[in-house]
Amino acid sequence: MQFSTIYNIFIRDFRKQKKRLTLTLLALGWGTISIMLLLAFGEGIHRQMHINQKGMGEGIAILWGGQTQIPFKGLGKGRPIRLHAEDPQFIKSRVPDIKYITGEYHRWGARVKYKDVVLSEHVSGNAPEFEQMRNFIPDRGGRMINALDVKLRRRVTFLGDQLKVRLFGDEDPIGKRIQVHGVPFTVIGVMIPKMQMSSYSGMDEDMLSIPNTTFKAVFGDPWLDNIVYQPYNINDMENVERQIYEAMGAKYKFDPKDERALGIWDYAESSREFNNMMTGIKLFLGIIGGLTLLIAGVGVANIMYVSIKERTREIGIKMAVGARKSYVLTQFLIEALIITFGGGFGGMAISYVMTEGFKRIPIESDVLEFMGRPTVSLEIGLIVVTILGIMGLLSGLFPAMKAASVNPVESLRYE
Amino acid sequence: MQSIMKLRQVRKAYTTGTVTFEALRGINLMVNRGEFIAVVGPSGSGKSTLMNIMGCLDIPTSGEYRFENQLVNSLSPNQLADIRNRKVGFVFQAFNLLPYATTYENVEIPLLFAKVSGRKRKQRITELLARLGLADKAANKPTELSGGEMQRVAIARALANEPDVILADEPTGNLDSASGAEIVNIFRELWQSGKTVIVISHDVSIAEHAERIVRLKDGLIETNGDLSREQPASGTDNQSLS
Ligand SMILES: Nc1ncnc2c1ncn2[C@@H]1O[C@H](COP(=O)(O)OP(=O)(O)OP(=O)(O)O)[C@@H](O)[C@H]1O
Ligand SMILES: [Mg+2]
Repeated sequence: MQFSTIYNIFIRDFRKQKKRLTLTLLALGWGTISIMLLLAFGEGIHRQMHINQKGMGEGIAILWGGQTQIPFKGLGKGRPIRLHAEDPQFIKSRVPDIKYITGEYHRWGARVKYKDVVLSEHVSGNAPEFEQMRNFIPDRGGRMINALDVKLRRRVTFLGDQLKVRLFGDEDPIGKRIQVHGVPFTVIGVMIPKMQMSSYSGMDEDMLSIPNTTFKAVFGDPWLDNIVYQPYNINDMENVERQIYEAMGAKYKFDPKDERALGIWDYAESSREFNNMMTGIKLFLGIIGGLTLLIAGVGVANIMYVSIKERTREIGIKMAVGARKSYVLTQFLIEALIITFGGGFGGMAISYVMTEGFKRIPIESDVLEFMGRPTVSLEIGLIVVTILGIMGLLSGLFPAMKAASVNPVESLRYE
Repeated sequence: MQSIMKLRQVRKAYTTGTVTFEALRGINLMVNRGEFIAVVGPSGSGKSTLMNIMGCLDIPTSGEYRFENQLVNSLSPNQLADIRNRKVGFVFQAFNLLPYATTYENVEIPLLFAKVSGRKRKQRITELLARLGLADKAANKPTELSGGEMQRVAIARALANEPDVILADEPTGNLDSASGAEIVNIFRELWQSGKTVIVISHDVSIAEHAERIVRLKDGLIETNGDLSREQPASGTDNQSLS
């Protein structure tokens, strides 16, 4: 069949049947847009919550000293258990499932001075492991405390991003010298901004980190404030916890079953809960998305189905006056393709523009921040368009194929 | 005389569920070029079935149908489509116009399938519409036309590619007597211009104009002869097959 013939009739029919085609196009486009937006916002919220969640660290636990509650081997209860600088190393040697462990000191209201700016800030004595465990990621040009800093008790400091602004404003702080508790320190890095939703000692962005060995030397604290550790496998959390009680119980002479002797915050527990919640939300969105897809698909199929009678007669008439089967099928295929491309990809494009537009709303709002950045997924879009396209194609093409395959009389008689 | 259509022992069976019904039970018929034949017979006797087969809209279950010496049973769907497009013009009782297309566009369809160039299409359509008195209805859709006008559009469409044969299945069945008379007149003129015309009709006026009347009953040809024969012999089938 000559292309120009198909083109001639096609363009004519297309113009003539605008209403039906527009409706199909709209149904397909609308279906695509609603599913894509739903999933785009779902994905955006998910990512944002994940970022927020990760702020403090993933799969970690915080260990504090405590007070015994159970008398043990002749020792009375109410005895304080304190953490010592060598305890992290001791625990690691006894509990091989631990990947990272480090002791931490805190000092609130420490005097921090740079040029004329004098602030009262929170100083944390920690170690390089915080980069992995606690997401203390250095911004470009800087670095986090390293092993040598700890070993040599260097007077170097890593700044939270908000603290950096308070102290330096727009100035580049790397390599600058500041005074902490009257002692000169060199700034080696600034933390990249992060969203932090949980904390055990204030916000990381407001904190100034120095090597914990330096901390002990400068402030002279006799005990660690807490220990942060991370097992290799998040599922070993409880096991590790038990082993720590046993190791520390042996060292400090308390009953390993004495829960109050140490305090442990299993932050991985929160991560697991969070993950469960996220899975739930995703499942929910998936179901809604699936149902929306179904409705859109039924809509497309319905429009196709409603016009079967009309179209079958149309095919019958055309075949009766000499149309070949290939012409009829080509017309239907082109039509289906135009509808799928127009509706589907048009819908995808509109969804993209809408989400991009949403991201650019210049309002500073916690709600918007929590909504995150809606992210249109090309894969999901293609899946949606494919499914809707196939449903539309099947519901339109099958009857057309049937009508084109039988004798024209049968199509003309179709009721 | 040269024969254009030849049917030998043509049968057509319809199967609905488990029931098979034979609408045609062995038709033998020969149509000569330039003939005007009226097909008559009671309702359900198989007139439309026969006509659809002769117009290549349907194929026989068994038997032989030759159109211009080609054995229709053995033709491909595309070849059948081409015969419908160029060799026969079919006029239906129910008009069968595309509802969304104008008069002009409806007549244009067979020309498009015949790949006639745009200029020639326009010329041909204008000529046909003028001939059928539809010149001022070119831009109207079927719903804006009277029954007689719709049937004239259908005839114009049937004539678009200048077929040798015009087949019409009760073309006046849906029309009042005045419009019907017009249509009958058109068929007579077509015959006079040399076309082979076969019309199914209950309308006596068509039968009056026909050269030959084929009377069907229960899927068989009951009588086959010209009008002057008041009492045709029952075994006419063989006689008509030369
Ligand atoms: N598609 C079909 N399926 C089953 N039976 C059919 C079909 N088409 C026709 N028939 C049957 O075949 C017989 C002949 O039908 P046909 O339409 O040829 O009759 P007809 O002579 O044209 O009648 P009428 O004058 O009422 O139009 C009828 O009994 C009819 O019921
Ligand atoms: Mg009939």
